[in-house]
Amino acid sequence: MTLAHRIIPCLDTDGERVVKGVNFLGLRDAGDPVALAARYNTEGADELVVLDIAASRDRRPTFLETIRCVAAKLAIPLTAGGGIRTLEDGRAVVRAGADKVTVNTAAVERPELISELSREFGAQAVVLAIDAKRAGGHWEVMVRGGRESASLDATEWARMGVAAGAGEILLTSVDRDGTQSGFDVALTVAISRAVTVPVIASGGAKSPQHFVEIFQEGAADAALAASIFHDQVQSIRTLKEFLAASGVAVRFPC
Amino acid sequence: MRVTILDYGAGNVPSVERALRRLGAESHRSDSPEGISKADALLLPGVGHYAALVRALDEKHLRAPLLYAIHRGVPFLGICLGLQVLFKSSEEGGQLQGLNLLPGIVSALPPNVKLPHMGWNQLVKKRDSSLLAGVDAGAYFYFAHSYAALDSHGPTAATCSHGAEFAAVIEQNNIYAVQFHPEKSGDSGARVLQNFVRRAA
Repeated sequence: MTLAHRIIPCLDTDGERVVKGVNFLGLRDAGDPVALAARYNTEGADELVVLDIAASRDRRPTFLETIRCVAAKLAIPLTAGGGIRTLEDGRAVVRAGADKVTVNTAAVERPELISELSREFGAQAVVLAIDAKRAGGHWEVMVRGGRESASLDATEWARMGVAAGAGEILLTSVDRDGTQSGFDVALTVAISRAVTVPVIASGGAKSPQHFVEIFQEGAADAALAASIFHDQVQSIRTLKEFLAASGVAVRFPC
Repeated sequence: MRVTILDYGAGNVPSVERALRRLGAESHRSDSPEGISKADALLLPGVGHYAALVRALDEKHLRAPLLYAIHRGVPFLGICLGLQVLFKSSEEGGQLQGLNLLPGIVSALPPNVKLPHMGWNQLVKKRDSSLLAGVDAGAYFYFAHSYAALDSHGPTAATCSHGAEFAAVIEQNNIYAVQFHPEKSGDSGARVLQNFVRRAA
């Protein structure tokens, strides 16, 4: 009896349609979020993340409607975020049906946002998303969709975020994202050992072996991927069968 | 029969409603003493901070009607914080008093594991459980909490472990409670909700 390692598909949306970039650029359309959500719910995804990567103010109502429609399809937890700048933004996302809210750039600019959300919804509902990029011997926090350095050490920021009330870290390797060359094991293990909360590793997944590595060597509690699931390069069930055969505890829906 | 969901402002009310609707069970929300007094079956969902739940029960004057309904034998299901509030108090809530329907207190899970206990875990059955009827022994349920009932023996039908063993399923007469989120636990969770609805019918 152990806590299962979680497999989390991520829907990067422009508010309405699923898009996915390579190194955060070159977006292309990957489909209908509601149809994908229903598929992942049945295939054994442990959670679902929906992000509004455009995060434009005027498209916000569209994104909230997307969350409502996605939540209606799910019997698993839903995390939503992208462009969450205020407590009120967080409330809107939770009211639309998200169980957890992710914060990123706005939390770097104003760390109290984490505490405000945590006080209202509990730490288990606040996911601090960190986009990290290697800079010599350490990793730097990147903001604005991975484009700008925040001149902040990723390990330090993870610790501060947890102290402020984040209950989970969604850690994306900017170097690996979209490359399909494997998760960043060194980055993930560094952050996972630095904090007391679960860490979701993201960026670079392709093969089932990449997932085994990130759980066994990277000390990740969960692993997130997008395009390999959307494009059906990898089915969640066969991935979980591979993980189970490699000695990683995973959940199979009964 | 319809299930009255105590709506004190918890984030998971819509998910619980959706899960009940999928089972074909009728439900409605109430945050009034009258609504609770008239209920055929009560469901208290909860997520977030223990203090927020206890304060909401008192500010909305729901404590007395809730206790009265449970003493009268109205089937009650508590989810997550809805389980924790059945005890005398919680380390998360300082001096705030819980419903004191079950012996013991709610404590923090030990810090030698990642907290919150977040994700899918399995149960160990301690005795016959009507909530778990028809649920596979190896079934997984979704948990998201940092506090738990560590010393609840009598009413505990199943436990889970994360750093320490804690009460995951409680059944005592008409009182049912689960530490996990059945509304987020796929088919296994749906079965638990269905078992409660059947029991309440």
